[in-house]
Amino acid sequence: MLVSLRWLQDYIDIDVSPDELAKLLTMAGLEVDSVEETGPGFSGVVVSKVLSVKPHPNSDKLSLCEVTTGKETFPIVCGAPNVSEGILSPLAKVGAEIPGGYTIKRSKLRGEPSEGMLCSEEELGIGDDASGIMILPDTLNLGEDLASALDLKDVVLDVAITPNRADCLSIIGIAREISALTGKKLRYPEITIAETEEDVTTVTSVEILDPHLCPRYTARIIKNVTVKPSPSWMRLRLEAVGLRAINNIVDVTNFVMIEFGQPLHAFDFRYLEEGRIRVRGADEGEEFISLDEKTRIMSSDTLMICDGVKPVAVAGIMGGLNSEVVDDTETVLLESAYFNPSSIRKSSKSLGMSTDAAFRFERGIDPEGVLRASDRAAQLIADLSGGTICRGCIDQYPRKIKPVKDIPLRVKKVEEIIGIQVDSEKIVTILESLEMTAREDGDGNFLVTPPTFRVDIEREVDLIEEIARILGYEHIPVTLPAVSGGAEMKNEKNSLESKVREILNGSGYTEIINYSFTTPESVNALGLEANDEGRRFVVLRDPLSEDISVMRTGLVFGLLDTMRKNVNLGNPDLALFEIGKIFIGNEAGELPDERERLGGLIAGLRSEEAWHTGEEQADFYDLKGCLENLFSELKINNISYDSNCEISFLHPARSCTVRAGDTILGFLGEIHPQVRKNMDIKDRAVVFELDFSCLVELFSEEMQYREIPRFPSTSRDVAFLVDEKVTSGAMISMALDRAEELLENVSVFDVYKGKGISAGMKSLAIRFTYRSSLKTLTDREVNEAHTRIVEKIVSLTDAKIRGAES
Amino acid sequence: MRQTLEELQKKAADEIEAASSREEFLALRTRYLGRKGFLTDVLRKLKDVPPEEKPLLGKLSNDIKKTISERIDRAIEHLDSEGKSDILLKETIDVTLPGRRTKYGKIHPVTRVMGEICEIFSILGFSIAEGPEVELDYYNFEALNIPPDHPARDMHDTFYVTDNIVLRTHTSPVQIRTMEKQDPPVRIISPGKVYRPDSDISHTPMFHQVEGLLVDKGITFGDLKGVLTYFLRHVFGKETVLRFRPSYFPFTEPSAEVDIRCVMCGGAGCRVCGQGGWIEILGSGMVDPEVFKVVGYDPEEYSGFAFGLGVERIAMLKYGISDIRLFFEGDLRFLEQF
Repeated sequence: MLVSLRWLQDYIDIDVSPDELAKLLTMAGLEVDSVEETGPGFSGVVVSKVLSVKPHPNSDKLSLCEVTTGKETFPIVCGAPNVSEGILSPLAKVGAEIPGGYTIKRSKLRGEPSEGMLCSEEELGIGDDASGIMILPDTLNLGEDLASALDLKDVVLDVAITPNRADCLSIIGIAREISALTGKKLRYPEITIAETEEDVTTVTSVEILDPHLCPRYTARIIKNVTVKPSPSWMRLRLEAVGLRAINNIVDVTNFVMIEFGQPLHAFDFRYLEEGRIRVRGADEGEEFISLDEKTRIMSSDTLMICDGVKPVAVAGIMGGLNSEVVDDTETVLLESAYFNPSSIRKSSKSLGMSTDAAFRFERGIDPEGVLRASDRAAQLIADLSGGTICRGCIDQYPRKIKPVKDIPLRVKKVEEIIGIQVDSEKIVTILESLEMTAREDGDGNFLVTPPTFRVDIEREVDLIEEIARILGYEHIPVTLPAVSGGAEMKNEKNSLESKVREILNGSGYTEIINYSFTTPESVNALGLEANDEGRRFVVLRDPLSEDISVMRTGLVFGLLDTMRKNVNLGNPDLALFEIGKIFIGNEAGELPDERERLGGLIAGLRSEEAWHTGEEQADFYDLKGCLENLFSELKINNISYDSNCEISFLHPARSCTVRAGDTILGFLGEIHPQVRKNMDIKDRAVVFELDFSCLVELFSEEMQYREIPRFPSTSRDVAFLVDEKVTSGAMISMALDRAEELLENVSVFDVYKGKGISAGMKSLAIRFTYRSSLKTLTDREVNEAHTRIVEKIVSLTDAKIRGAES
Repeated sequence: MRQTLEELQKKAADEIEAASSREEFLALRTRYLGRKGFLTDVLRKLKDVPPEEKPLLGKLSNDIKKTISERIDRAIEHLDSEGKSDILLKETIDVTLPGRRTKYGKIHPVTRVMGEICEIFSILGFSIAEGPEVELDYYNFEALNIPPDHPARDMHDTFYVTDNIVLRTHTSPVQIRTMEKQDPPVRIISPGKVYRPDSDISHTPMFHQVEGLLVDKGITFGDLKGVLTYFLRHVFGKETVLRFRPSYFPFTEPSAEVDIRCVMCGGAGCRVCGQGGWIEILGSGMVDPEVFKVVGYDPEEYSGFAFGLGVERIAMLKYGISDIRLFFEGDLRFLEQF
């Protein structure tokens, strides 16, 4: 809320600087976002003296003047009747800006040069006298900026009012707070109204059909008003707090809303059919044209202000076009009411109408302030429009808002929450400064009654907060809580996450964090089947844009998208990973399955081009190696890579399912060329995605020492010539299946296809390592085992032994 | 005889001095010490000297023999080592060429800061709790004392999935979920992703928060100040100046916003602190009794405090990042700086 310092000073004396005031409010919970000095609506206007006045040769009404600012003298053509030698008057110099968007230019008026303009109050927007130029007191200094000479500057504070402090959504509310903080006395405006003999009840009536939504409605009638622009003091006040001046009637309703926090509405009485007000719920689907000339469709839970026939306002939110105050309005019905806060909020949300009035009603206005605001507005309308106020005010208050009374406050509890002892006297002083009354209730405890405008105070803890707040948080000492209970268990998932990050960093992979939302197109780009669970999206109802409108169901699309962005930025060599959740939608109304995943991608060169390397493209085996490192570091040993893998976005011949025993952990594979095409990615990329919760289950920090072998090992190398379809994995398991005790390890050390090998075949060179824990093996012992194993492999795979064939 | 020996010694010394190649030294050795060498020749004549002079001359000639031999050996050795350094010079490498590095990946800056935060709180005995990111309205709002149609909902722009399912707007629902499952005392922090529909230089629709909750007997606002002061001084340095100022959160009362004196300008006012000299760093407060009632804790027996902070905000301040969107663009030129 914008708060004008000048306006504020109407109600309270402020003897601190604006910055100090801002700090004071901020430290009391009314955060001041900015402090801005504002001038009047003009610039470049200075105090000047008229040196001479001569008649204009070509005009009866204009005069030729010599005007000085002390330093310079200008020829000015002036049309004002009151211009005369020796007077001081505001001079808008060439380049000056005055209200209405005018810039003063050097000009010729009927052939005579004029270098500036002498201004009236009205032209400067600081008064309403337009009859002649403004005559300034002789005491002013020539050449001084008019705004400072007349002290026309204001300071505007932008105060962020938290939703609980509805009472501060007004200048008086802020002044009240300052009063509590500084001890300065608050001056409420004096309200005196002159009423006519005509009783309001003979003119109109008010009927509330829904007292739950409208507990209180008051109406006054002001007759014989003349609608015209408000005087400048009013316009200046409203403009200072960011409101646009409209006319003297509407401006008063806005003024009082800002002054007291009570939203008001003025109807042109002649448009109220049957001359009465009825407050009722809207008819479902009812159409209504609001003041802003928009047609609104109502729902039945919206409260409407109606005349005898039709709706004339959306209660508490906005008036109707059909009954607004216009230039020839003569009689005004002034509404001041209390509406159910949550109903106003609901309607304002569903209609998409957030107005200053709704903002205040939904936060809760002072139900006991309704009449005072009405009186104040009637007084001002009468003053500014010449209107006459009918006697009395209709006050329908069918459902009395019960004021909160006698909240028990235990002095001990204050200490328990705040952490320091506050003595009773201090507590009472603080509460009273906030216009609360505190009654002793034995044992040094109190019964506290808050003022009706403090709608946020209902409980003991609300009072304790007030005490702490006014006391100042800075005066509460810093302490550390004692630890009770044992040390907490370490969070396994969390420590595994750190470990995985470390391992992947060590393997050269950089962590990314992508948005959890994605485009629904992602699954089409990845070519997911119609029944793939990856299509079970959690859909956002009001997304910021289509490309972030659903929750992701996998990490791969994001990884590929990050790759594409980086390639475009000139970083084609990538090794990335992400740990994050994916979301699989469930039945409507149920929360989705959230699954934590670990995903990775490699693309481009395996390592940066350097003096010692060639350009080697990273491939499947780089990423697989990374996974092998990961599993080995996490002590997960039963991993298998199964080429049986039906994932739409992976290369069918270069992908596999990753298993731990029987559990499917995830997949690893090259991206399908079609997907790369869909996503406009040129380079090959290899990805993996694993279920993180499975890793958490499998991960073990237990380690067991095994004795270091005392006897040497012996190895035998064999190059097998086999059908290229036979996998090395199959051959290794054949060797290990045989359960030869002496066989310690089997590893592939060369794979060769091409020259010298017939088409469709490949050469796999395998090293078999033998060892006994009991003794050094003899050649014979090794050979026996080795022969058995090789023969088995040969018989199972039809392999030929290279070297043996020639 | 003695004179002959001494002359011989001097002559040998001169000749060794003059020699420079290995061959010359080897020749000298033969000439003096060889079977037909000068010294051998002299020694052979030793049998002709009178017996009383024999021991002395014998010793002298042995000494001379030893000296000459040693000097030649040393000279040759010296030559050899010189030859060796010649060979090594041929193996010179350019030590300024870059080494063979294995590529090392980077941790995301958000993860890094989040880890740091968790570590500090784990020292204070807090353990990690988690909750869903797609959350029931009940946990995100209602149980936190934010009923439907409450103006406090304006404090959180919200992504809705259905009327009663939202993307959590803060990590606070984890407070409720934890207290529902666990009896006091409670000491948790909960790091995680949260979502709000907002996107500009200082907002992204997804960001990270760390929530904290401590409930026990006798916990006061002073304890809240103590724990958060300890924490912020660990993150931003021992000299960090803090201020606690009243604020409003529906699920805490009293509530406090915590500011630190601007790390960029030291309080003088700059772009980072919006000229104010202070930077809002976290929200906190004493757990509202309404919240305790929701989870079945007795507010007369227990009290506690909660706090929540934005991880990106801290990372931005720590690393001098001015655009929050960089965290989620996956641009390696950004990520590799950490």
